[in-house]
Amino acid sequence: MTLMAEPLIRFREVTKEFPRPDGTGNFVAVDKLSFEIAKGEIVAVLGKTGCGKSTMFNLLSGLIEPTRGAVEVTGHDPFKEFNFFRGKIGIVFQNDRLMPWRTALDNVVLGLEILDTPREQAEAVARRWLERLGLSGHENDYPHALSGGMRQRVSIARAFAVDPDILLCDEPFSSLDEMTARDLRAEFLRLVRQNGKTAVFITHHINEAMEVGDRILVFHRPARIAYEARIDEAARGGGRQAIQDEILKVLSLDASAVRP
Amino acid sequence: MNQRVTKFLQASASIAVLLAAWQIASLFFPHYLFPPVQDVIARTVKILLNWAELSQVLETALRIFAGLAGAFLLGSLIAIPIGRYPRIESYVNPFLIFLQGIPALSWVIVAIIWFHGTEFRIFFIMVVTTLPAFTFQVLDSYRSMSKDLFEMTMAFRPSGWVLFRVLIVPTIVPGILTAWKINLGSSARVVVVAELVGATGGVGYELLRQQQLFDMAGALAWTIQLVLFVLVVQQLIVWTETWLLRYRPVSERAA
Repeated sequence: MTLMAEPLIRFREVTKEFPRPDGTGNFVAVDKLSFEIAKGEIVAVLGKTGCGKSTMFNLLSGLIEPTRGAVEVTGHDPFKEFNFFRGKIGIVFQNDRLMPWRTALDNVVLGLEILDTPREQAEAVARRWLERLGLSGHENDYPHALSGGMRQRVSIARAFAVDPDILLCDEPFSSLDEMTARDLRAEFLRLVRQNGKTAVFITHHINEAMEVGDRILVFHRPARIAYEARIDEAARGGGRQAIQDEILKVLSLDASAVRP
Repeated sequence: MNQRVTKFLQASASIAVLLAAWQIASLFFPHYLFPPVQDVIARTVKILLNWAELSQVLETALRIFAGLAGAFLLGSLIAIPIGRYPRIESYVNPFLIFLQGIPALSWVIVAIIWFHGTEFRIFFIMVVTTLPAFTFQVLDSYRSMSKDLFEMTMAFRPSGWVLFRVLIVPTIVPGILTAWKINLGSSARVVVVAELVGATGGVGYELLRQQQLFDMAGALAWTIQLVLFVLVVQQLIVWTETWLLRYRPVSERAA
């Protein structure tokens, strides 16, 4: 929808269909979706549960193949050119997805291990990231011994440790309490901006989308863009209410769904 | 009282009752039917202290380990491709279920007719009798792999070997340990049958000799050797399990 000189991510008329479990044809999860994201941009994707945000996320990360259309990331197909994207995309999931048999340090090392980074170097990088995320002293703790917030910090460290060009975040703070989520969100934004990353941030909270995104894409089911807004300083200030109202109108949500 | 001590006392009480009943029976029946407990214990200790006899027990132990290792490797080689490509299952499952239904004694006869070497015969019997259980248990463990962890790992784009090493192996380890614990007991029973018919050494062979000598104390003492072996190895597996699964919260670990 937005045109720019050198988009890093490009969806062109992407459709994704899944067969219905009862065998009665296909279910359309993503419908002719087109958008572009520039390098260094943080885009928040907002939509109701089941609107196809996660399918778009999986298409973007190359975990599934589009039925029609094309997904391009740095000019390459993330599904077909699987190995090209090794280390280029970092993902922070809704739940921490830590391996329970690995310590916090070894969980952060995982991505580097897969990239064949020498163990000593991988450990040094992992320790640095754990320290930056306030987890010094917890390197040898197993996930069951960490709190929800600490576990999500480890998963953020794991995503950043491979130094990816693109960060994909699927409602990464939705399972945390508000205070922890707010702290982690601020920390996450600082890290993304400091390191010049491009990020796609999926959320179903309007305030979170406005806080995080340079741009907001609002999805309707099946995933297609129903509304788009650029969040500049003016929007973060006085224009905020107008954008919120517009998003609420598009989503047909009750105003109580907005986080205080 | 400590729960472990209570459990130990309960187990000891049931064994004491069994021993007392046996001892009373030995007072009223001929010793070739019910030998006194002290005679059985003396024979058991004698076997343990006599290298020539103890080596027979170790021979049986090696056969059990070899058979279990063979069945485990073959079972894993069958289970993991089924886990990755579920279509194979409909071809392999009927074969495994068929194998499961064949009695160990039938395999003994088949092995004697098919093969010459005693050791290979026993190895073959051990493998075919424990293969289905190993395959199903490894397959179940593979299928219990978390979809979330699989997606997370795939996001880093690992090679097939790295995926196997970092995700599949740690996922199936608990199931493998359970499979070893379960199959150890059944393979100890099967190996005796195999040795009884085709071997010139081992616990099964010794049991056959005691039967020919009509020596009940000897038969019991050799049987106890096998029971002791199973108990010791079970404990070793539990310790290994506790160490390998140390990442689990204490409440989820093996007792």
